[in-house]
Parts: sequence; structure tokens; C-alpha cells
Amino acid sequence: MKGITAYGVYLPRLRLNRQAMVEANAWFDSSLKGLGKGERSICNWDEDTITMAVEAGIDCLSALQDKSLSGLNLASTTAPFADRQNSVLVAEAMNLNSQIRTMDIGSSQRAATSALIAGLESARPGNEMIIASEHRRTKAGSRAEMLWGDGAAALTVGDDEVIAQCLAVATNAVDFVDHYRGEGSDFDYDWEERWIRDEGFMKIVPEAVSAVLESAGRLAAEIDHFILPTDQARTPAALAKQLGISPDAVVDNQIASVGVAGAAQPLILLAKALESALPGQLILLLGFGQGCDAILFQTTDRIERCRPDRGLSGVLNNRREETNYHKFLSFNNLVERDIGKRGEVDKQTFLSGFNRRKDLLTGFIGGKCRACGTVQIPREKYCVNPECQALDSQDNFSFYNQPGTVLTWTADRLTFDWSPPAYFGMVQFECGGKLMMDFTEVEEGTIDSGSRVSVHFRIRQFDAQRGFRKYFWKAVVES
Amino acid sequence: MASGIKDKVVILGMGCSKFGERWESSPADLMVEAFEECLTDAGIERNQIEAAWFGAGIDAFNVGSSAMPMSIALRLNYIPVTKVENMCATGTEAFRGAVYAVASGACDIALALGVEKLKDTGYGGLPQRTRGVENDMYWPNLSAPGAFAQLASGYRAKHKVNGDDLKRAMAHVSVKSHANGAKNPKAHLQREITEEQAINAPFIAEPIGLFDCCGVSDGSACAIVTTPEIAKSLGKENLVAVKALQLAVSNGTESGHASWDGSYLKTTRIASQRAYDEAGIRRPKEEITMTEVHDCFSITELVTMEDLQLADEGKGVKDVLDGAFDAEGSNPCQIDGGLKCFGHPIGASGLRMLYENYLQLQGRAGARQLSDPRLGLNHNLGGFPHQNICSISIVGPYG
Repeated sequence: MKGITAYGVYLPRLRLNRQAMVEANAWFDSSLKGLGKGERSICNWDEDTITMAVEAGIDCLSALQDKSLSGLNLASTTAPFADRQNSVLVAEAMNLNSQIRTMDIGSSQRAATSALIAGLESARPGNEMIIASEHRRTKAGSRAEMLWGDGAAALTVGDDEVIAQCLAVATNAVDFVDHYRGEGSDFDYDWEERWIRDEGFMKIVPEAVSAVLESAGRLAAEIDHFILPTDQARTPAALAKQLGISPDAVVDNQIASVGVAGAAQPLILLAKALESALPGQLILLLGFGQGCDAILFQTTDRIERCRPDRGLSGVLNNRREETNYHKFLSFNNLVERDIGKRGEVDKQTFLSGFNRRKDLLTGFIGGKCRACGTVQIPREKYCVNPECQALDSQDNFSFYNQPGTVLTWTADRLTFDWSPPAYFGMVQFECGGKLMMDFTEVEEGTIDSGSRVSVHFRIRQFDAQRGFRKYFWKAVVES
Repeated sequence: MASGIKDKVVILGMGCSKFGERWESSPADLMVEAFEECLTDAGIERNQIEAAWFGAGIDAFNVGSSAMPMSIALRLNYIPVTKVENMCATGTEAFRGAVYAVASGACDIALALGVEKLKDTGYGGLPQRTRGVENDMYWPNLSAPGAFAQLASGYRAKHKVNGDDLKRAMAHVSVKSHANGAKNPKAHLQREITEEQAINAPFIAEPIGLFDCCGVSDGSACAIVTTPEIAKSLGKENLVAVKALQLAVSNGTESGHASWDGSYLKTTRIASQRAYDEAGIRRPKEEITMTEVHDCFSITELVTMEDLQLADEGKGVKDVLDGAFDAEGSNPCQIDGGLKCFGHPIGASGLRMLYENYLQLQGRAGARQLSDPRLGLNHNLGGFPHQNICSISIVGPYG
């Protein structure tokens, strides 16, 4: 069987203070006060399952020497498109070639572990990427809203240069309906927590764990990292005890700092375990949802040499506290905000036009002139260099990983933006191209001409009338 | 070798509607208001007009497309009418069409009219509108102040100007224009403001505050042009002649090539130099005695004065604060109140500026009459600092 060859993580920068959530909602449900510790990650208005997946995927690629992939699978229960393969969009944003296999996997909290098992058992050569990304909407003032977070993680599985070898996999498929989200519903509907623990976790998980340990010929006591994704704070430790796994091995679900990121949680926690794991350690990864997936890994000597650019510790630290609960409601369309007449302008995407410009819009691909060497974006028929202006002279040039600096900027309070003011300006890329771009994640007073920026795939506009959303690249000021 | 437009065409008459929030007036009403004044001033009959150019900038909130709305509103006599649209240079474009028609000999008398009805949108500022199928997919959703505020950041960085000093100079630009506009009965905004008010006004797009923005108004202006010979034959005196008409349109260099640093308006530099050459102007600072420049925002005016060579590069802040462009200064700018006080009905503005030059040169500017106006320069800038259309017209006494 294959093993893990690289991993990457992404968490939104915004972290909503739980005390602010409690203050807004405890008048209705005083029991929320008991959940008011720490913070949870929240997507900015321009982040979603797709944009987080791209970030996690790029972080994962950063750890690979050979960045060619044989496939990309996206696991999520919150993919923005029900019929437009989301994984292809992610792949194009990552500038992957079009020959790779792509697939979306959803419908369960174990979507990511099931995708991972499929990847590990695949006979196809090369590295295959599995990205799990989740941005779940929750009802205002719900327990889920308090405990969940948004995030994504990516892994590659392959035969060569493995950092964690898969020893065995097992699945216990059971239609245990602890919660569900039916067709046409925006929110989950769940059942009593204690019942889910007693009849669900405590009965379904042990069968899968026994099977995987037996298959690998290992004992529960040998496990160094035990990953049970759940928003039930005490259940992982209770299960570990029942299974004979050391309490020290239990990987914390990060409820206090991030929240539980749904179908992405197993891979986020696996990335967390991989980040701290020593060579030769055993990692037991579980995915719980309509049964249980169990995957047993053993780290190799390469584990300490293979680190992504950011990893979990990087994204955990790259945080900004948000104390405005109303902003969270707006970003998740949980309140009907008066967006003004400028916000009413039709946002239709003309798909044929989009298709013509897809290189630019999704891949952030510009051109490099063969005649004069000028790098430019967008790529047009004639070279932009006034001394050159050669026709059809440009080769594709990827800008998605190019650093730049702010040439001009402003904070526009007149135009419509979901999080005003709208920051934008001219970015001069170090490679030579120049483009007026939106800035995102700007903290007031931190941007000026000369500020260094990196570019990130984000939502540009929602077309609520037609259920579409546009994406493009935005600049983020480097701290 | 082309000889240029200098002294080939003169203005026979002009008209300008009251600018403002003309809730009661349709675009046709505004057109007729300007046209009637113009016809009377020209002293001709409607049927003597042989061709017309119609400028309107934003179809969706104005009259719709084509030249028909003007032909119908003015009951023109089935003459050729051409609709022109070139963003904020639209009014000057209409004028250019009429002037070139007369200069070519294709007709003797031509009409140029611009109109814009901006106050049917239901909100402040210019209408939110499409920038084309492809641009809409990736351009920032920038407002006009958002576009021009970037000029301030580029200028600050290039010339290492202290932000507070620049803001104070920007405030001075607006205070000066309000002082001028207060003397103009056709202006939308006719009250003076203080530097303190301008500096402390809320940001619209940093560092542009409310008083750094021009007004948003409805209005119309028009001109009837002919040859000097015909004007004389009609008994006209103090002829105001076209000395230069130039246009420069960005080709994407500023927005996509590293050679532009965001601190100036490349098209303005190019168009104004061409206009000076066409008019035979060697020393703009001394020869141009009044300017109507595109003060959509105070920072635009400040930078434009440098690009027109009326201030040395990097010295605009000092010259503005020294009062060089005030009514009593060495080179009065926006003596009628400018876009700042007239507002900016897109299609009308270029002709409205020309109207002020025309009145000044004929000594008919009332309370704001300059003592010795000679050459007047009008400048429009359509679009954004990084991609725009600049028009320059220069007028002066014939001969």
C-alpha cells in the first residue's frame, strides 16, 4: 500500500472570539455560556471551500520536490457547486495540468478518509492529492456554530519518498444517522449528543479500530497519535481508554483554537500529527460518519525533512481576532444586510467570456514575451512593452506564486464590498508584471506603497440571482 | 504635413443649462435649456445647423443609445447627428466632431451638445456600471474616488510628500473652487467651504474625503461652431477661436508596464504637449491664462497642473498652497467653480468648461470675470489614472 508523501494545511486568518458569540446569543440559550472559551476560525466573506482547498493544496505542493500529480480529489460536504466539478476548479487554480484524474467526494463526515483510503489503495503510479475543505453554515446561536470552524488540509499519497507508510485500512459502514443535511437544506439536523456518543462512537469506532489493528498486526497500546475527529470534547479520550490507547496519544481536536472543520477535520488533525511526529511512530486516523474509516500509518525517517511552507503551526499563528459576531453572520449570509443600491448591480458571469479568460481568472496566468522578455498580465495579443509590441509573442507565465509590492492603493468606502472599505491598488510584481488588484485581509494602517504582497485565490463576487460565484486572485500584504 | 486646427474654426454661440440636482428635468429638458441659450447667442435659426455631434456618457441612466434622443429633443431638421461617448472626455469629443466637420469644409455650421442625467440612479456618486464582460470578471470593483485616490498614494510615494501636506493642498484646491463657484449662478454648489471642513470631512476613498470629490449633477452644455469668415459675415465680433484640440488615449502601458509609477497622468502629458505644439505655445505657464481642468477629485487637479507643465514636477503641493491657481493667482484654475461646484454630468462637462472660457474671453463672466484672459485651456480625463482618455482644448481670441 502507498503512503503519505506530503501534507499542507489552511485555516482562515479570521478567528471569531467565542465570548462575543456568547454575548450575542446567551439571552436565548444560556447553555452556550459553557462553550464560550477560545476562538474559532471563520472564513472571510471571500473565502469558501474552494479557496481554502487551493491554499491547502499549494501548501502541500510546497513540500514536494516533484510537483507533478496524477490526481486531485476534493472531499467536502460544502462544495459550492453541486454540478460543476469543484476539484477541477481547484486543480486549475493550482496550475495543475489537465491530464490528472479529478473527483469530488462528499455526503459524509468521513468523505476525506474514504478518499484517502481510495488513494492509498490505488494502483496508479505517481502522487495523488487529496484535499479536504469545509465551510459549514450553522444556525445562529447553535452549539454547532460555537464548536465548528472552517479549514482545509491536503495530502499527497504515493509510493516514493513516503513520510508515513500506510500499514492497513478498515471501514465499518453503518447508516447511523447522528445528523444529516437533506436536499435543499442549508443546515444540519442532529440528535442528542449523549446518544451519539453511546450508540455511535463507542460502538461503531471500536469495530473499525480492531479491524485495522488486526490487519496490521499491531496493538492499540503501540499507537502514538490517535485521531478521532469530533466536536465532542471528551469522547476521544473515552474511546482511547476503552480501546487501550494511551491517553497521551489522543490528538486534540483544537476546539479551543480553531473549531471542528467537518469533513476537513481528519486531514487537518493528521497534518497536525505529522508535524509533530517522530520517525517510526504509529498514527491511527479515524473518520466518523455513517460508520467509521480507520487508517493506520507509520512514519518514516523522511518525516522530519518534509515540511510544508506553512503547515498547521504556520496557519495557526497567522491569525486575526474578530470580535464582531454580526460580521460573521453577514459573511455567512445568516442575516439579510442592507447592501445598498451599489450592491444590487447584476453580477452575471458570461460563461463564454469566462472561458476565454480562464487562464487569467483561475490560473492567474499572464505572458512572457519571447521577443523582449517582458512579463505581463493579462496576456494580450500585442506585448505591453511600448518598445516591443510584438504580436502573439507571449508564452504562458504563472503569477500565482509571484511576490509583488504595492505601487498605489486606497480604501474605497463608496463602492460596494461585503467588508468595507474595499482595498485595491496597483501591484508591481517582482518578475515585472503589473496589475490593479483587490487586496484582502487588510488591517487598517498596515498597507502603503512599497508593502510586500503575495497573491491568493479568493471569491470575487456572488451572483445570488443565478447561484454562481466568481473567483479571482487577490493580494495579501505580508506581515 | 497637417497644419492643425488653430484659428480654422470659431465659436458662434454657446449655451449651458443650470447644473444641479435637476429632479424635475429630463435629459431633453436639459438639452433644450442649453440649446435655446446657444441658438440665441449664435443668432441663427435651427435650420442653419448642418450637422451635429451628441455627447452622452452613460447610456443606461441617461437617454439611451444613438443620436436620436438629441435629434428628437431639439427637433433637428433630419441632419446628420453623431452620438459620441468617450467617458469624461465625451463633451470635448462632441465639440471635436463639430469643429473638424467645419474645418474640413464638409459643412458651414455645426452643433456640439453634451448632456448627462446622473441623478436618476437613486444614490450618490456616479452610477455603478459594467466595464465590459471580461473586465468585470477581474477588475477591482473600484469607484471613481477609489480609482483616483490611488493617484495620491502614487504621488506621495514618488515625491516623498508628507500625507498631511498633500491633504492640505488637496483641501486648498477644493476651497478655491468653492470660492469661485459661489460667484456662479449656474453652478450646482454655490457656497464657500473652509480648509478645516475639507480636511475633516469623512473619507470616501483614502485620502479622498467628501470635499475632495466633485459634485454629481445633471446638466447640459452646447456650442455652435463655424468658420471665422461666416462668423464675421453674421456680424460677430470678439471671435473666440479654437487653437488646439487634442486627445490621448491610454494603450495599456500605464496599467501593465513597469515604466509607469502611478504618480502622474501620462495621457495628460502627451495630449497637452501636442496641444501646445498645435497652438504654437512655447511657455505654457506664461501663455495659458486660465484653465478648466478635470477636477473630478482634488488630487487629480493638483497632479494635472504638473502634467500640463503649469507647475513643476513635484512642486504642485507648494504651488497650490501658494495660491498660484486661485482666482487672483498667476494661473487661475476653475474660475467658474470647476467640476467641484458644477458637478460632472459626464457628457456635458467638456462643453461646460469651454463655455466658461468663451464667456471669459468675451468679457461676459460677470462677478468672476478675469482681468486679462487670453488663452484658455480645458482638460478632461475620462477613466482612471492607469487607463484613461485625456482631451485638451485650447481657445483664444481669433487671429
